[in-house]
Amino acid sequence: MASDANFEEPLRRIRERISELEGYPESPQRAREIGKQREKLDKLAEEIYRKLSPWQKTLVARHPSRPFCLDYVRLLTTDFVEWHGDRAFGDDPAIVAGFAVFGKRVVAIVGHQKGRDTKEKIRRNFGMPRPEGYRKALRIMKLAEKFQRPVLSFIDTQGAYPGLDSEERGVAEAIARNLLVMSQLRVPIIATVIGEGGSGGALGIGVADTVLMLEHSVYSVISPEGCAAILWKDQARAQEAAEAMRVTAADCKALGVADEVVAEPPGGAHADPVATIDNVGRALRVHLDRLAPMPVDALLEGRYNKFRRMGAFA
Amino acid sequence: MWFKKDKAPRAPRDPRTSSSIQEGLFLKCEECKETLFAREVERNRRVCPKCGYHFRLPADERLRLLFDDERYDIRFADVKPTDPLKFKDTKKYRDRLREYEVKTGRSDAILAATGAIDGRKTVVAVMDYAFMGGSMGSVVGEVLARSAELALAEKCPLVVVTSSGGARMQEGILSLMQMAKVSAALGRLGAARLPYVAILTDPTTGGVTASFAMLGDATLAEPKALIGFAGPRVIEQTIRQTLPEGFQRSEFLLEHGFVDLVVTRHELKAALANVLMLLSPAA
Repeated sequence: MASDANFEEPLRRIRERISELEGYPESPQRAREIGKQREKLDKLAEEIYRKLSPWQKTLVARHPSRPFCLDYVRLLTTDFVEWHGDRAFGDDPAIVAGFAVFGKRVVAIVGHQKGRDTKEKIRRNFGMPRPEGYRKALRIMKLAEKFQRPVLSFIDTQGAYPGLDSEERGVAEAIARNLLVMSQLRVPIIATVIGEGGSGGALGIGVADTVLMLEHSVYSVISPEGCAAILWKDQARAQEAAEAMRVTAADCKALGVADEVVAEPPGGAHADPVATIDNVGRALRVHLDRLAPMPVDALLEGRYNKFRRMGAFA
Repeated sequence: MWFKKDKAPRAPRDPRTSSSIQEGLFLKCEECKETLFAREVERNRRVCPKCGYHFRLPADERLRLLFDDERYDIRFADVKPTDPLKFKDTKKYRDRLREYEVKTGRSDAILAATGAIDGRKTVVAVMDYAFMGGSMGSVVGEVLARSAELALAEKCPLVVVTSSGGARMQEGILSLMQMAKVSAALGRLGAARLPYVAILTDPTTGGVTASFAMLGDATLAEPKALIGFAGPRVIEQTIRQTLPEGFQRSEFLLEHGFVDLVVTRHELKAALANVLMLLSPAA
């Protein structure tokens, strides 16, 4: 398993070599060598990332340098104002919500937010929302409906927070309510899985007309570790669980859960966040242009049928 | 040692002994530990005559309990599970399905039926914990969605009795999506002003709780049923504390505002019929 998680090691070595070279005085020789190393890096990154296993993709999806929801907001939108609180209990920093200008439209934004450093991670509860997070998202989506703004949702959570307070305040009810309301919300919704799509905590802001997934993002009914702990009584068999559950974006597309897989640059989103965010922005624009002119009834009929068809039975 | 805790922490219940009473003359109540006549418990709707503990009720017995004269028509029994992921853990999913079919005589964890409750035509869907822990895969989701659509077409109420550990891992992401599918179908029922009543029984957790179990126009629960999103063990591991007594039980949810009514099995039908009367359109 260690070797499996170390798939980035060769890339790290080349990157180190490049920054070492960059410390040398400038010379044609140095430039040539850096160019050679860069080429090697791109080629190797492409090769490694093309062949990532489902478990490796899970690790990439959780990479601490991967762009988070607010990175998308910063790069893709202007005039963002964040709304706070569910008007019932409190504000949950594990979900961000608000409105911003995206291209020629004002859109509502809801998304899970993880933290980059330790302090921020704790403040954001590692991107694991409590009920008030889902209720804040619901409030903003109802506002979006009232003011006729499409909703962009960014999914990136290992799951809703499994804590005592979370249960007391009804995290299950909060998620359930969102599923129902989102299925009937009278404005377009596009959900993008940008990292981890962890279970009900992800789906709680994931009922949409169009579901996009980044190439190395994952979406699953339970975390691979959780699945392994239950089925094999051994968390360490998460690799097998990730494979068995078919958690990758390509799998989700094949199963009809994702509509489109958005490409990541070689080496993954964390290797080039700007290019990744650009790719997502382009896809969002295309789908918004398609969904925005649709009559509401057709939109809702389409959304209902999309989820109604999901499943496999004889 | 007089100062020792006299009550051991409750062990996870074994579905083999608690979902259906094993063949045999006697059985032991999990709550009061009394030895009971199996026949007596069965005649008492599987409620302990000594302490009122509710044993799990098989789905068909639940239907008999709720419908007038124990009469109903089973619906959607032709929806059968497949193995979309070719899933294998310690066993192949296909083999697991077959084993449970042999064990329970059902092809999946749900039974839907139409019939009358106090003379009112009603669609009832009951989850069966005995089949893979009542887990929700494509079949459970499909039968529930069809039940909601049937209620909509027949302009009658829908009742769902939950008993489930949550989404079925063996069907991966498709199981998760059943939450959205069923919730959307309930949305349509609600938009037509037709009542949906959720009856929560032991246990109701995970994706089932985080979807249709929490969407009732009225939510009834059997006494002391475990109802929650995360399972108690997961929460204990997260917060590194033991959970308080009664946490995630029906009475706890009632107190916290997530259940309307805790009713014993003996009063369940009357309470349900009353709620349906109060919510149904005037005749």
